Amino acid sequence: MNIIQNFPLFNIVMCLMGGVICSVLKAKPAKCLSMGLIALAGVMNGCVLWYAAKYGQYTYMMGHFPAPWGNEIRVGVLEAVLALFFCIIMFLSVLGGEHYITIDIEESKTNLYFTMVNLMLTSLLALIYTNDLFTAYVFVEINTIAAGALIMIRSNGHTLVAATKYMIMSLVGSGLLLIGITMLYDVSGHLLMVNIHEQISVYARTGEYAFPLTVTIGLMSVGLAIKSALFPFHSWLPDAYGYSTPSSAAILSSLVSKGYIFLLFKIFYRVFGFDFVLDHKVTNILFVFGVVGMIAGSVMAIYQHDVRRLIAFSSVAQIGYIYMGIGLAVPMGTVAAVFHIMSHAASKSMLFIAAKGLSDVSGDSKDFSDLKGAGFRNKLAGIAFSVGAFSMVGIPLLAGFTSKVYFAEAALLASNRKMAVAMVALAISTILNAVYFIRAVITIYTPNPKRELAAKDYRLPRTMAVALVLFIILNVFLGTWSNLIEDAIEMGLKTFS
Amino acid sequence: MGNLLNNYYEAVAVILFGIGFTTLLFHRNMIKKIIGFNIMDTAVYLFLAAKGYIEGRVAPVPDGPDASRLVTDYINPVPAGLVLTGIVVSVSVTAVMLSLTIRLYRRYHTLDIDFITMLVKKEQATEKEQGIEQVKER
Repeated sequence: MNIIQNFPLFNIVMCLMGGVICSVLKAKPAKCLSMGLIALAGVMNGCVLWYAAKYGQYTYMMGHFPAPWGNEIRVGVLEAVLALFFCIIMFLSVLGGEHYITIDIEESKTNLYFTMVNLMLTSLLALIYTNDLFTAYVFVEINTIAAGALIMIRSNGHTLVAATKYMIMSLVGSGLLLIGITMLYDVSGHLLMVNIHEQISVYARTGEYAFPLTVTIGLMSVGLAIKSALFPFHSWLPDAYGYSTPSSAAILSSLVSKGYIFLLFKIFYRVFGFDFVLDHKVTNILFVFGVVGMIAGSVMAIYQHDVRRLIAFSSVAQIGYIYMGIGLAVPMGTVAAVFHIMSHAASKSMLFIAAKGLSDVSGDSKDFSDLKGAGFRNKLAGIAFSVGAFSMVGIPLLAGFTSKVYFAEAALLASNRKMAVAMVALAISTILNAVYFIRAVITIYTPNPKRELAAKDYRLPRTMAVALVLFIILNVFLGTWSNLIEDAIEMGLKTFS
Repeated sequence: MGNLLNNYYEAVAVILFGIGFTTLLFHRNMIKKIIGFNIMDTAVYLFLAAKGYIEGRVAPVPDGPDASRLVTDYINPVPAGLVLTGIVVSVSVTAVMLSLTIRLYRRYHTLDIDFITMLVKKEQATEKEQGIEQVKER
């Protein structure tokens, strides 16, 4: 057995232990340990990706119990790509907001922030790699707790209320997921995804348990949709993203909701089998909610005066894109959705970090009236914000454009009615995106001599500058080398079910 | 109707789940929300435990004078393990929620989440006004 095969498990345990150790360290060593572990996890996942691409997928037995009883980790190309990507985004988000973590959070609690960051990465990696539904549930809850803590650790009234709302909605979602998993266990008698899948394909042939299985798919989809803030369930999102410290906002928007969406992919593909899900018409419902979310999220974003809330509402629209991709019910749609998970994560975390850089030179205000001319006062943040905004609108060479092309391609392969709806929705949503993002870019590049003097001696934190440059490179890489990633995703999806 | 009466454990569990769910989602009092969450999770454990039990069999503890029992004499042990894990999870989530509630109460002296939301908005408005006044003074 190759040592690289152990890496996914090492990753999870390593980050978990790192979180525990961070809780007894001082702020600075905790930061170094946490960042080091994220980087190490990234490197290890890179090795796993290389291994999975070369030798194919494998399952990893945990403990000494074989398949139907024990717990398993399952590694394929798709998982490895996403895990690597999540590590990169996590690293850059923490690096970019590192300066503000020390400002926004009490000195004595800073180490706990890094504990939560490590727990978050642990849970994300576990959600990506696990092959067991109940383990997935446990890590979903760890993820919820870590995310709640990341919001509320900056203690002011807003974040407390935001964290409360987030926790309540999340608990509602995980309650539904839990009863879904319970019912599935009762119907199939297994918890490992492969075994459940075998049992369900038997039921699909005989037609037994059709109704309970439909209910189960519904419960799980709704639960995970609530947790990942699909349109009608997004009420917690703007506050949570708008008021937390920039690193938290970046992590929450780009990774937390994506982890749940990937779990939903796993449930659709590996537990039920995609054909079974199609027979039960669940994808149609997700498609409708996705399309409505794409447009409603953008419309709500237009009315925002606060740059952070604008980006947050744009997230609602982008989550809608991802669900629409699943809802198209063609393999290409899933490829597009997975690619959009990555391109949205890369752009949105950059936007949140850059927005903080812009409001830094505008008297710490997030309001657009104060942000006028901020692009001149803080050049790098201005450029990064523009790149992120253009990527979200869909300007060629950037990540957002490529994912929109993939969505359009997928729509052409779908049924006629869906194609028409998806194309129209894509067009409208793109225009709406352009309305608010281009307006934001114009605002930050409108000269405002009054503020120029005040921000003359401002110096961009070095860590943030490095992170923003890396974010821009990552975004352009995703946009221009998308073939490479698309191939990897397609290769992963082929062996996924 | 007959099914419902035969599976009364499951029926009760689902009803309890509904009660907990609606309380968690719609009640304004934070403490009652947390109680609702606990009822919801406990309902799931009841469901699991009821499903794991098999009529006429004993607990899966191969010990004492009955050590010679066969596998078919025991009930399914997995749901018990799941319930234990689930309890641990819900205890930790409850702890987080309670600590959040304590911090909210210390700050706003109320447990009503709608009222707190209103207070926060007011806070924000006054902060903004103060900011504008400061700018004017300058």
